[in-house]
Amino acid sequence: MSETPLIGGATLAPIDSRLAGARIGVVTFPGTLDDRDAARAVRASGATAVELWHADSQLGDVDAVIIPGGFSYGDYLRAGAISRFAPLMSSIVDAANSDAKLPVLGICNGFQILTEAHLLPGSMIKNDHLKFLCRDQVLRVENNTTAWTNAYAAGQDITIPLKNQDGQYIADEKTLDALEAENRVVFRYVGMNPNGSRRDIAGISNAAGNVVGLMPHPEHAIENGYGPGHTGTDGLGFFTSALNTILGGK
Amino acid sequence: MSETTVKKFNIDTVANAAVTPDVELPWAELGLKQNEFDDVVKVLGRRPTGAELAMYSVMWSEHCSYKSSKNHLRQFGEKVTEEMKKDMLVGIGENAGVTNLGDGWAVTFKIESHNSPSFVEPYQGAATGIGGIVRDIISMGARPVAVMDPLRFGAIDHPDTARVMHGAVAGIGGYGNSLGLPNIGGEMVFDSVYQGNPLVNALAVGVMRHEDIRLANASGKGNKVVLFGARTGGDGIGGASVLASESFDSTKPSKRPAVQVGDPFAEKVLIECCLELFKGSLVEGIQDLGAAGISCATSELASNGDGGMEVELTSVLLRDPTLTPGEILMSESQERMMAVVTPENMAAFEAVMDKWAVEYSWLGEVTGTGRLIIKWEGEVIVDVDPRTVAHDGPVYDRPYARPEWQDALQADTFTGSVQDAGRPATPDELKAAMLELIASPNMCSKEWITNQYDRYVGGNTAMAFPDDAGVIRVDEETGLGVALATDANGRYTFLDPYHGAQLALAEAYRNVATSGAVPMAVSDCLNFGSPEDPDVMWQLAEAIRGLSDACMVLGIPVTGGNVSLYNQTGSTPIHPSPVVAVLGKFDDVARRTPSGWQEDGQAIYLLGTTAAEMDGSEWANMRGHLGGLPPKVDLANERELGEILINASRDGMIDSAHDLSEGGLAAALVESALRNNTGARVALDEVAARDGVDIFTLLFSETQGRAIVSVPRSEEVRFNDMCTARRFPVSRIGVVDAAGAALDLQGLFTAPLDELREAHEGTLPKYFG
Repeated sequence: MSETPLIGGATLAPIDSRLAGARIGVVTFPGTLDDRDAARAVRASGATAVELWHADSQLGDVDAVIIPGGFSYGDYLRAGAISRFAPLMSSIVDAANSDAKLPVLGICNGFQILTEAHLLPGSMIKNDHLKFLCRDQVLRVENNTTAWTNAYAAGQDITIPLKNQDGQYIADEKTLDALEAENRVVFRYVGMNPNGSRRDIAGISNAAGNVVGLMPHPEHAIENGYGPGHTGTDGLGFFTSALNTILGGK
Repeated sequence: MSETTVKKFNIDTVANAAVTPDVELPWAELGLKQNEFDDVVKVLGRRPTGAELAMYSVMWSEHCSYKSSKNHLRQFGEKVTEEMKKDMLVGIGENAGVTNLGDGWAVTFKIESHNSPSFVEPYQGAATGIGGIVRDIISMGARPVAVMDPLRFGAIDHPDTARVMHGAVAGIGGYGNSLGLPNIGGEMVFDSVYQGNPLVNALAVGVMRHEDIRLANASGKGNKVVLFGARTGGDGIGGASVLASESFDSTKPSKRPAVQVGDPFAEKVLIECCLELFKGSLVEGIQDLGAAGISCATSELASNGDGGMEVELTSVLLRDPTLTPGEILMSESQERMMAVVTPENMAAFEAVMDKWAVEYSWLGEVTGTGRLIIKWEGEVIVDVDPRTVAHDGPVYDRPYARPEWQDALQADTFTGSVQDAGRPATPDELKAAMLELIASPNMCSKEWITNQYDRYVGGNTAMAFPDDAGVIRVDEETGLGVALATDANGRYTFLDPYHGAQLALAEAYRNVATSGAVPMAVSDCLNFGSPEDPDVMWQLAEAIRGLSDACMVLGIPVTGGNVSLYNQTGSTPIHPSPVVAVLGKFDDVARRTPSGWQEDGQAIYLLGTTAAEMDGSEWANMRGHLGGLPPKVDLANERELGEILINASRDGMIDSAHDLSEGGLAAALVESALRNNTGARVALDEVAARDGVDIFTLLFSETQGRAIVSVPRSEEVRFNDMCTARRFPVSRIGVVDAAGAALDLQGLFTAPLDELREAHEGTLPKYFG
């Protein structure tokens, strides 16, 4: 993300210069929508947001990557199916699978892209009620040991916005059993299952815990006045978790 | 030309037209009247070519030329004081008006109709309605930041309503959600008068720095003209002129091919691409392609510039290679823009196009001739003065007269009517009435619709439905922001067009002030029946007169809008429906006032007094009555109430505010409670005695200029003092009771919030799944 976005982009003064040294990349594809929001969330946590462009092949100097939500390539073929072939995605896949275990977060369309890129198992299909749904959703943090959830308590309930058309998580039973057994179901829907996802799964991780994908949007719950119920900031923990991971590893 | 290329058409050139004056032209099929065709011939001094005829026919259509309304619309420009012009950076006539927000920021907003296409093909009609209005905003140089959609459909239980509802809502969501624009509000009204003529209006708002304002003009001889975005196809040929300029008639063939098809992904890319062009100052003038496509863009750019324009039509990239020149000129294919670029900037322009993988083609250049010349393989097929196409269309002084039935309608009051028999009076009856009201089609929760729209994207949505106004932050450093509300009441306007239009403005103004913002500007979408019917024309004339008069009193100018006529089935018009959007400003959106009660123990105050005004009300509507006179308009009172609400917000005296409008106090109490699931104890006897009305009237009358607010205990004295100093009637009617989980109307009945919620939220899912 540009550090001075075109409209309304305050570059918050660094909370702590040590934090600002953490550079978190936000990828923009054609049709990406929530890139500015993800960058704002990164800045709110104190880190530096770095704009990444899908067509570049080099990842550059970043400590973590967020693939934000939207409708990349219009979702016209299958959500994420074209974006996974972007030059930058090869670098992201390599870095995520390397020994350095680059933290990667896929939100909504980003989650769909991560499954298409085989960084995460399973897939998303149309919501069972067939409509786009936007609501404030309660999630349970089932695993607080990943790169993106270590700031939460295990079993903590958080409320963040959910908004999608193709949010129904599916995988074969064997995969689902394995995810459960390996504690890789990171988030589960609480109160209601908004889209028919198998086993109420809202988000998962890879085996190493550095790659996390989820359908709801933590970046829309980071600032008082603009989140669920006007005041909700439950999503900020994703970004402070990443900071913990980055700074802890440095 | 390669040897294998075969000439596809017999091209009707200007030279040919000059020597074949007697060729029969299909002007009537294209919607021109005899006198209009004669005018074209007179303007040109010869018969038009086929391509020229296509251009004039779409540009002189009702939709593009405002020929029936122009004489009346002038009032919006005339009834304006210097004070009102102070913050207007760009007024009526451009793609959208621009208002100064201060700190170097400007805001542009506009509301438009996409009614007829949305009846023929609801999904695409509604989707491209969003697309079109968003391109108007981009054309001004702004980043679009939010959309809203006022909707009016037929009876909720009519089988065709479900078709329109599912299609239009999915279309607005499918397109708007894919653009990354939060949908922050709108309206949903069901009434059988809209059965064959649903109203799908769309509003977009954008923000920019002052220096980024762009206008649609082609200036600078030698500058290049470029068309970019989606390719031109056969969809929407004559869409605006054909669909929006005549009434539906079941004997005519299906008009489906006239509806445009939207590609939101292409639009999203186009938005980012245009913003990058603006940032690099790479375009001199820019115009979106909407109604009348290339005809409109070339003639408007050329006529607003200082020279002329010459373009080669075969350079247009096509989706369908069989299109004729006339069809290319008329096509309303979506997601296209036309720009004027200096020769020095061409390479940089192309680099931006390539980055976003947007197709473009250089069509020609700005000339110094004052003529718009369009060529086909080098042969001139259009040679016109662009002003005659874009601005000098026909203007009609349509006859109008107060309908002879208007007096009888106004004499038929609800009170004492057959439908008023058995008016609720006992506590049980009043409770049942409240439940019936909040479950009724127009008053029920609209969550079924709004949950299909993304209200979060952008991260600047400080308030959205069901709060009184949508609120968007513009500047993250300072909290500078805007509020927007749209309103209309077709029943009020049917009973009294002059005052009905003013009531729409008053409510939108009140909604914006209720949110805490200072109202600044107005955009209107005037949805009416056929202007050829003197009754309808009177409604239109009266509504415009009323609206422009009221804007003067409230001190806020109309900066743009749109007129949609011929909304009628056979000889039955819709209710006159002037949809009014008001834009307000916040110095800091953190001060915005939400509509729902929050804190236990806060005092609930009712601002304003209540009179017995049941005519045209939701209650009368539920009982099947429409007659009498709408509630009284008192604009000075609205202004006073607005100032109280704005000051109370700015000074932190109130924690919530909700305006009273359709459904009166009953609806406002329930909505304030359900917003955050917070109950209250309310006592109404004292205020009913003060106003001299019974409890039913106090709850269900739709007297204007009222609001309820919740006030922290610590602020009560200050708040009361402010109201007293302004001599504004105020009465403490209750207290927020968070633990109670009920709306307790003391001495009358207690309605548990669960029961209210079930009634309020059950209606739309029941009808639409």
